[in-house]
Amino acid sequence: MRTNRHHSPPRWATTLLGWWTDPNTREEVEGDLLELYNHWVQTVGKRKADWRYSLSALKLLRPLARKQSNQPETTPFSLSADMVRNYLKIAFRNLVKNKVYSFINIFGLAAGMAVAMLIGLWIFDELAFDKHTKNYDRIAQLWQFVKFDVEKSSYDAVPIPLAEELRSNYPDFEAVSLSAQRSGILAAGEKKFVKTGNYVEPDFTKMLSLNMLAGSAAGLNDVNAILLSESVANALFDSNPINKLLKLDNKQTMKVVGIYSDFPDNSTFKNVLFIAPWKLLLATNDDTRSQQDQWDSNSYQILAQLKPGADFGQVSAKIKDIRMKRDDPPAYKPEFFLHPMSKWHLYREFKDGVNTGGFITFVRLFGIIGSIVLLLACINFMNLSTARSEKRAKEVGIRKAVGSVRSQLIAQFFIESISTTLLAFLLAILFVQLALPIFNQIADKKIAILWLNPWFWFSGLGFSLFTGLIAGSYPALYLSSFQPVKVLKGIFRTNRYAAIPRRVLVGFQFTVSVVLIIGTIIVFRQIEHAKDRPIGYSRQGLIEIKMNTPELASRYEAIRNDMLTTGAVTDMSESSGSVTVQYGGTTDFSWRTKTPDMHPLVMSNFVTHDYGKTVGWRLLTGRDFSRAFSTDTAAMILNEAAVKLMGFSTPLGELIHQGGRHYKVIGVIKDMLKEDPFKPANPSFFVLSYANINTINVKLAPQLPTSEALAKVEQVLKAYDPLTPFEYKFVDDEFSQKFGFEERIGKLAGGFASLAILISCLGLFGLASFIAEQRTKEIGIRKVLGASVFNVWRLLSTEFVLLVLAAFCLATPIAYYLLSDWLQNYQYRTDLSWWVFAGAGAGALAVTLLTISFQSVKAALMNPVKSLRSE
Amino acid sequence: MKRAFLGEFEEVVLLTVAILDEGAYGVTITQEIEQKTGRSVGFSTVHTTLQRLAEKGFLSSRMGGATAERGGRRKRFFTVTATGRKALLDVKQVREELWGSLPPQTLQLMGS
Repeated sequence: MRTNRHHSPPRWATTLLGWWTDPNTREEVEGDLLELYNHWVQTVGKRKADWRYSLSALKLLRPLARKQSNQPETTPFSLSADMVRNYLKIAFRNLVKNKVYSFINIFGLAAGMAVAMLIGLWIFDELAFDKHTKNYDRIAQLWQFVKFDVEKSSYDAVPIPLAEELRSNYPDFEAVSLSAQRSGILAAGEKKFVKTGNYVEPDFTKMLSLNMLAGSAAGLNDVNAILLSESVANALFDSNPINKLLKLDNKQTMKVVGIYSDFPDNSTFKNVLFIAPWKLLLATNDDTRSQQDQWDSNSYQILAQLKPGADFGQVSAKIKDIRMKRDDPPAYKPEFFLHPMSKWHLYREFKDGVNTGGFITFVRLFGIIGSIVLLLACINFMNLSTARSEKRAKEVGIRKAVGSVRSQLIAQFFIESISTTLLAFLLAILFVQLALPIFNQIADKKIAILWLNPWFWFSGLGFSLFTGLIAGSYPALYLSSFQPVKVLKGIFRTNRYAAIPRRVLVGFQFTVSVVLIIGTIIVFRQIEHAKDRPIGYSRQGLIEIKMNTPELASRYEAIRNDMLTTGAVTDMSESSGSVTVQYGGTTDFSWRTKTPDMHPLVMSNFVTHDYGKTVGWRLLTGRDFSRAFSTDTAAMILNEAAVKLMGFSTPLGELIHQGGRHYKVIGVIKDMLKEDPFKPANPSFFVLSYANINTINVKLAPQLPTSEALAKVEQVLKAYDPLTPFEYKFVDDEFSQKFGFEERIGKLAGGFASLAILISCLGLFGLASFIAEQRTKEIGIRKVLGASVFNVWRLLSTEFVLLVLAAFCLATPIAYYLLSDWLQNYQYRTDLSWWVFAGAGAGALAVTLLTISFQSVKAALMNPVKSLRSE
Repeated sequence: MKRAFLGEFEEVVLLTVAILDEGAYGVTITQEIEQKTGRSVGFSTVHTTLQRLAEKGFLSSRMGGATAERGGRRKRFFTVTATGRKALLDVKQVREELWGSLPPQTLQLMGS
C-alpha cells in the first residue's frame, strides 16, 4: 500500500474532471475515482488503471451541468432568519458602541429628511391649490392686457357688460358669473361680525360645485337671499339658520337660504364666507349700478366655465378684441383673455402680455433648497458610514474565516445601513410632526403629514432604502471583497485616493452652505433696505377705520369735531381707501404739454381738507388744501413722480384736465409710498372730495396711552353708528404686511440655511474626529519627537480649512450670479456689497475651525504614552 | 396497478445498495457488482445510474465525513428509500408470477 501512494492518475484527466464534471457531485466523484484508481493499480497494474481512470473521467464530463443552489451544505442562504437577526443585533451594538457617530449620523440624516419632508409637503400643498374644485380644468377668470405705456400690463378686473356679452354671443361658455368681493357686517340678534364675502350671479355656485350642507344654492335667485359658510353660520346662529333673517351692513334684511361648507384653506375662495346675489349689489350700490353698461370701467371679476372640449387658448383668441370691435375703442387697447384656474395661484405674473410664472418660482426654489439640504445630509451619512466602515475590516476578516460567504457580508452591511436610514426616517417624521406648527405659522399654511397618502410612504421609504443602499454600498461591495488573511494580518491599508471623493463631498457641502448664508443675508438686507425707505408720510399713531354704513357718511364735520374735543386725537380726515393701498388710477388726465401719444396711468386719490395734516405728508412747494380758499374744490396736489412725468419746472398754477373738470395745481408733495415698497412711486394726484370716500384716518394724540385713545375714538363712533362693531387698523401693521411675503421667504431661507450649516458641521465634526482617531499613533510619535500642540492642530486642520476656502471661492460667483438675478425682480433694491460675501466666508471658516479644533486640540493634548502603549 | 419501471441494470444497482446497507457508496457499489455478477462495469455507468435512481426517488444520499485517503474528499453514501424498496418488491413479484405461470414441461426442458 505504501508504494501505491507514489502512483497518481493522469493529471490531464483529473484537470478535465475538475473543470467539467457536474459541480453538484464533483467531490464524491473525484474521491471515488481516486479510490478506484488505487484499487486498479493494485489489481490490474498502473497502465490499465490509467486507462480506466481516464475513460471513466471522460465519461463523467458533464460540461453543461450547473450548480444547484438549493443545496445548503455548499451555499448558505444569506438572508436566513437567524442571520438577519444577528445582523440586526450587530448593527444595534455598533450604534450603541459609537454613540457620538451614531447620533451625528442618524440625527443629521433625520434633520435633512425632515427638511425635505416639510418642503415636500409644502410643495404638495401649493400644487394642490384649487385642485379640489370639480371643474378645475374648465374654469377660468377673465383678465385683460392693457397698454398704458410701452409695455402691456395685465389686470384681473374687467367691465361688467363683458359678462353678458360672453354669455349671449359665445357658445364656448357653459357658465359665466360676475363676482365682487366685499367685506360686510353680518348681524343676527346681538351677534355681529365683519366678514368678507362675494356678490355673485347664480352660475357661480354651480361652477364651483358648492358643497351645500343645508338649504339650496338655487335660492340665491332672490335679491334678499344669502348663503352662509358653515363657520359663519355657526358663529351667528345657535340653531338651524335656514330661513332665518340677518342684517347685512345694517341696511338690508337677508334671508339665509343655504349653508355651504367653507372653502378649503388652499383655495382662491377661502375668504368667501358668505355669498350674496349680484342683484343686491346692483340694487344697493350706486357705483355698481352706474357702471353696469360702462365698457371702460374695469373694477369687477368675471369667472367662466368652458364647455367640455373647449380650449382656453382658442377661446381667448376669440374674445380678445371684444372691446376694440365696439364703438369708440379706448386708447389703452384692452385685450381680454382667459386665465385658467390651474394657473391662478402659481402663475399670476405677466410681462408685456406673456405669462412669466409667479409664485411657482418660489415653489421651484424651495424644491431645490429641499433637495440640496437632503443631499447634504446624505453626503454626510455616506461620508461617515464609509469612514467608519474601514474600522470594521477586521470583523470582515473574522467573519470570512469562520465561514461567511461574500453574499452574506453584502447582506449584512446593506441591512445595517438600511436599518439606520429607516431609523432616521422615523425620527424625521417625529421632527416634522414637532416642527409643523411653527412651520405652518411662518409659511401661513395649514399643512399636516399625509398619514394616509400611499405616495408619502412610498417616497419616504423608497428614499430611505435608496440612501441606505448608496451609503451601504462601499462597505458592502468593497470591504466584503477583502481577503481574510491579509486583513487579519493587518496588511490592509486604505488607498490614498480613497479620501478624494470624501473631500469633494465636504467641499460641495460647504459651497452650498456658503451660498445659502449669503442668500439669507441678502434677502434680509433687501427687506431692511425697503423698510428704511422714506415713505413720505408719518405712520406714527395713525389708524384707519372703514366706513361701511350710511350712518358715518356725510357727517364728516360733526364726527371730526367730536373726535378733536376728546383730546385723544390730533387730527382726523377721510379718504378714498387706506394710505397703504392705492386703489385705482385713470388715464383720463391731461395737461398743457401732453402729447397725443401719451396716455399714462395716474393714480387718483380723493381726500378731505385735513388729510395732509393727518397723515403728515411733506409739501415740497405750494400749499396744502385749505378751507380759506373756496376755490380749492378745483385744486389739485401732485406728487413728485407726477411732476416729473409732466416735465414742469414750476408746476404751481398749471391747469390739469381730469374727469371732465379743470383743476389748478396748488402744491407738490414728496412721493408717498402707497404701493409696492420695492418699486418707485407712481405719478399720483390728490383732489378734495366729500362723497367719494370710504376710510376714516385718525392720528392719535401721542400724549395719551394708545388703549385709552382708542376707547375714546370708539365712543365717538358708537354715538353715530351704534350697530357697527368698532374695527380699526394701525397703518404701521398694514405697512409691514407689505413685506409679509419677503419676510416669509427670508425666514424660511434663514431656517434652511442654518439647518444646512448645522448638518454640514455635524458631518465635519464626525469626519474630523474620525481622522484624528485614525492618526492617533502618528500624533503620538510626532509628539514624542517634539511636535507642539499648535503643530498637531495645524496638521489636522489644514486640510479642512483649505477645503472651506476652495468652497468659498466656488460659492462666491454662484451666489453673486443667483442673487443679482433675484434682485433684478425689484426696482428698488439693495446692492451686493463685498462685505456680505467676505462675512459669509469668514463665518463659514470660523464655524469650521471651531468644529475641527474641538477634535484636533483634543487629539493634540493626548498623552502620547497612552496612544503608543496600546497593542 | 401501475408499477415503477426499473431497468435491468438499475435493478442490479438498487439491489446492491440494499445489500451493502450502511456502506454503499460509489466505489463499494462498483466493486460489489463486479464481484457478484462477474461482469466488468464502468464506474461512470454506476455513477450515472445512481444519479438517475436518486432522481427517481428510489435512493437517498448523504455526505459522509472527510477522509484522508481520498485527498480529504467526502464520500456520498446511498440508502434505499421506501419507494425504492417497493419498486424492488414489485419487480420481484412480477418475476415470481411469471416463473409460477411457466408450464411444468417447459420448466423441465430448461433443466431445473
